[in-house]
Order: sequence, then structure tokens, then C-alpha cells
Amino acid sequence: MILFFQQILNGVLIGSVYSLMALGLTLIYGILHIPNFAHGNKYMLGAFISLTLVSLFKINYWLAILLSMVVLALIGLLVERYIYLPLRDQPHINSFIAAIGLLLLLEGIAFAIWGGEWHRFPFAYRQNLSFFGITITLHRLLVIVAAAVLILLLQLFIKKTTLGWTIEAVAQDREGAQLVGINVQWVSGMAFAIGTALAAAASSLIAPVYLVYPAMGSLPLIKAFVVIILGGMGSLPGAVIGGYLLGLIESLAGGYISMIYADLFAFAVLVIVLAIKPTGLFGKKAEG
Amino acid sequence: MLMKKWSLIILLLLFISLPIFVQAKYPLHLLIMVGIWSIAASSLNLILGYTGQGSLGHAAFFGIGAYASALLMIKLGLSFWFALPLASCVAAFFGFLIGLPALRTRGSYFAIATLGFNMIVTIIIEHWESLTQGGAGISGIPKPHPLNLPLVGKLAFTSMITQYYLVLFFLVLTFFLIYRIVHSPVGKTYLAIRGGEPLAESLGINAMGNKLVSFTTSAFFAGLAGSLYASYHGFISPDTSNFHLGFDLLIYLLVGGVATMPGPIIGAVIMTLIPESLQFLLEYRIIFYGGFLILIVIFLPRGLVGLWQTTFWPKLRKAGQSNRG
Repeated sequence: MILFFQQILNGVLIGSVYSLMALGLTLIYGILHIPNFAHGNKYMLGAFISLTLVSLFKINYWLAILLSMVVLALIGLLVERYIYLPLRDQPHINSFIAAIGLLLLLEGIAFAIWGGEWHRFPFAYRQNLSFFGITITLHRLLVIVAAAVLILLLQLFIKKTTLGWTIEAVAQDREGAQLVGINVQWVSGMAFAIGTALAAAASSLIAPVYLVYPAMGSLPLIKAFVVIILGGMGSLPGAVIGGYLLGLIESLAGGYISMIYADLFAFAVLVIVLAIKPTGLFGKKAEG
Repeated sequence: MLMKKWSLIILLLLFISLPIFVQAKYPLHLLIMVGIWSIAASSLNLILGYTGQGSLGHAAFFGIGAYASALLMIKLGLSFWFALPLASCVAAFFGFLIGLPALRTRGSYFAIATLGFNMIVTIIIEHWESLTQGGAGISGIPKPHPLNLPLVGKLAFTSMITQYYLVLFFLVLTFFLIYRIVHSPVGKTYLAIRGGEPLAESLGINAMGNKLVSFTTSAFFAGLAGSLYASYHGFISPDTSNFHLGFDLLIYLLVGGVATMPGPIIGAVIMTLIPESLQFLLEYRIIFYGGFLILIVIFLPRGLVGLWQTTFWPKLRKAGQSNRG
């Protein structure tokens, strides 16, 4: 029984990270209709920037996360403006390739600046908490809470603020939004910036739990895509629910069936979803 | 059209005679790898370029071909000449299996589906140790057995030059087969599907069936490339099916020109030569590579062959015509 709850907790932890990543991806996909493959490496950059801020400049952890989010948001804006915008009228495959190019570019830059070794995050909040026989580090608990807060904030932002409505409008119908006088270009940039900032948050939060290295973005990226398919591409609630669901599935299956094949279950989920309901739990119509 | 045939023949002769000029080991190695990648890129071209389904998981079939070939040769003692076609069929079979669920989706969904399958394949290869020896990989994969040719006598495949010709042979074969497919009514059907699936279906085309065949065939050739790689390199590991390879193939296609026959080959040549000539940049290579890719995709989306077709060739033709007129 203890194992069960322990795994649930782990699942929620991992799920939080997946959700944040998937949210960012969904925002970008909803507006621009490109699956952003470079997202994983922006995630990675976010972690590295936080790492540098904390270890080199001795900045407070939470502040570092915020700063990292801001920096990544700026990078997101630049990327959208100079790379994806010119490609908007071209077949989607070209945006794929641009994303791959960007992925390589970012990985190369990270490698050049920080080297290839695995870095350990200078750790805070190491205390272990224990309740009902389950142990968890204070940090992990904080991550779960912080992620939940971020997700709630995002939800409020989308539903209650004008900018949030504008983003939703553009996601629903780009031309219609233009007709109503929305500056679609600016909104796309904003959405991209927010999405990228979310990735930075996800990685900075989880970085102290694992290690930080240039290739750290690949697996979370693919998992995030699985989440999106599970939850339904273009659906924000889908991304969140899918994220936690995947985290739980991975954790429970990994704990009870086999740790080694844990990753495999994530992809098995992908296969099953595609075979049964390709549009996912909350998805909109299939891509044409 | 006569021009085309002659230029092909000249190119072929050039490739055949290349080893006379290039004797050094390393350049030959590069050429052989370019040949193998060209075959793999051509396979992707069939499903992606001509049928319009963007598969990102083709590395899986490459890896399956490699492992199937290696295992057939080592565990069952088959000769390369049997293992290669069998392994390619194994890869095709998996193409069929994976295609069945995956091709029910389109566009981005399909891309991610194939990517997911690729990861599954890699993970299984890595962990099914009793079959694949897991992360340690398989080494000592034999080269092809010597052939007994009627006039020339025994042809052994131990030297690099003979292996170059082996790869060249399969490249030409692949090129020829794909060319025939693409220029047949089936090829036109694929193009129709690429142009718009609902429209194609309204014309009575069985999109799912055709996509499946195209995908399976494409997997076949990818597996073929994988088998060649296994024998040439002598060593394979789960990394041989790593999805980054699939991305590389996509890049070769784009740089060379999607949906063109010479495209994959040209792309493979250029994208292999560039990192080589950039050796001096050391760790900045990847940065350059990524940046180059972005620039190409923004400014040269139809690839080099596309550039040739839209810019240079019409000008040449015009010049030729005005001379006559």
C-alpha cells in the first residue's frame, strides 16, 4: 500500500513536469500549428540558465526560475519572429525541419557554453518529509505545488484576461481574429514566449531532482508529445490532464511492472491512443 | 529526355570510376557511408516526398534491417546474400505492422506516432538482451561471402573498394526500383494522395491501402540500407536505430530536394561533406549545422535540385531554344 502511494506521489511529480511542457507545446501548436521539436532544447536551456544563475551568481532559487523564464520568453519571441514566421506559408514539413535545425543549434550552443558533462544543481530544500510512511523531499513537494500554481495561473490568464482571450481567439481562427482587428503577429509571438517560459519553468523546477546536461531535453520532449496526443492536440485541459495521467501511468507501471521498461509504457500508451482514438481525450478534429 | 538519360549514364560512369581516383581509406569510407545514407534517404523520399506522409521514425527500420541481418548471419549462419533480402523483408514487415495504426493519423500526429514507434523499437532492442545483446551491441558482423562470378572468378568483399562497389550496386538498384515505382501509375496515385487525401479518395483511390504499401516499401529499402551498414561497419548497437538518424535523413532530403530522384543522394553527399570539412570548428560544428539547416529551409525550401529545376535549368533551356530559333 505504501508503495502505491509513493508511486502516486512520484507520478504526480513527473506528471507536473510533463504537464508544464505539454502546456507550452500546446500553446505554440494551437497558435502556429507546428509541433515545436525544438521545445525540448529550450527546456534544456532553461535549466542551464537557472543553474548558472544559482551556482555562479548565487541568486535565490525561485528568483532564478523567474529570470530563466523571462530569458526563455525572449528567446521564444526571437525564434518565432525570425524562424517560424518566414515559414508560415510553406508546407509544414519545412517548419519541422527548421525546428530540428533549431534543436541542433541550441544543443550546440549549450554544449559550447557549458560543456558536455552532467551538472548537479546546487541543492536547497533537502529536508525529507515523512507522512503516513511515505517519504518525500521538501523540494519535490514544492515542485508539485509550484507546478500546480503555475497551471492554475495559466488557466486564469487564458480565461480571465484580455490577452488570454486574444490568444484563444487566434488559436480558434486566425483569419477571423484578424478581421476583428487582433494583431495576430504580436499574439503569436506572445503565445510562443509564454509557451517557452513554461518549458523553462518545467525544467528549472525539476532540474535539482535530476541532472542538467545538453541532451536532457530529448526524452521529456517526446513524452510531452505523447501527452499532447493523449490529451488531444490543441487542447489545454487535455495537456494538463494528459500530463498527470502519463506521469501516473509511468510511475505506477514502472513501480509495479518493471522499472527498466518504464519508458516503454509511455510509448505503449501512445500506440494505444493512436489505435483507438487518434484525436486523444479532448482533441479537436484530426489534422488534414 | 535524351539529355536526362545521357547525364545519368555519365554520372553512373563517374561513380563507377571514382575508386580509380580516390584510393585513400578515409574518403572511400565517406563515399560508402554516403551511399548507404543515400539508400536510406531515398526510402524516406518514397513515403515522405512522393506520398506526402512525414515519417520521423525511419531510423527504426534502418536499425531493424541491421539487426535482422546481423542476427541472421551470426545466429543462423546465413550468408549475406540471403540475409540482406530477408532482413529487408523483416524491416518491411515491421513497416507494415507499424503502418497499420500509424497511417490512420495524418500530418503532425503521424510524425509523432512514427517517432514514438521508433523509440519503442530502440528501447526494445536495448532491453531484449537475449536476442540482441542489449546495449553491448553486436560485433563481428561478417562481410559478404565471396561471390563466384562466371568470368572474373572469385570476388571477395574484404577490401574497401569492393565494398564501395557493393554499396554502389545497391544504390543503383534502389534508385532504379524507386524510379520505376514513382513513374508508374502507382506513383501517380501516391502523388495524388500527397496532394490531398480526401480529394484522392473522392476519386476512388484507396488511400489507406496505398499509403500502407508505400510505407512498407519504404521500410524495405531502409532495412536494406541497414543491412548494408551492418556488414560494412561490422558493429551495431541500439544506437543504430536512434531517431536522430531519421532526422538526418529528413535533412538530406530537404537539402537535396524532396520528391526528386537525385535529391536524397545530393543531400547525403553535401550533408556528409559539410561536417567533414568543418572538422576544424570542433564543438561549434553542431551550431553551424543547425544554423545551416534553418537557413536552407527558409531560403531554399525545395532543396538544391529544386533550385536547379526552377532557376538554372529553365535558363539553360531558354538559351538552347533561342540559339535554335
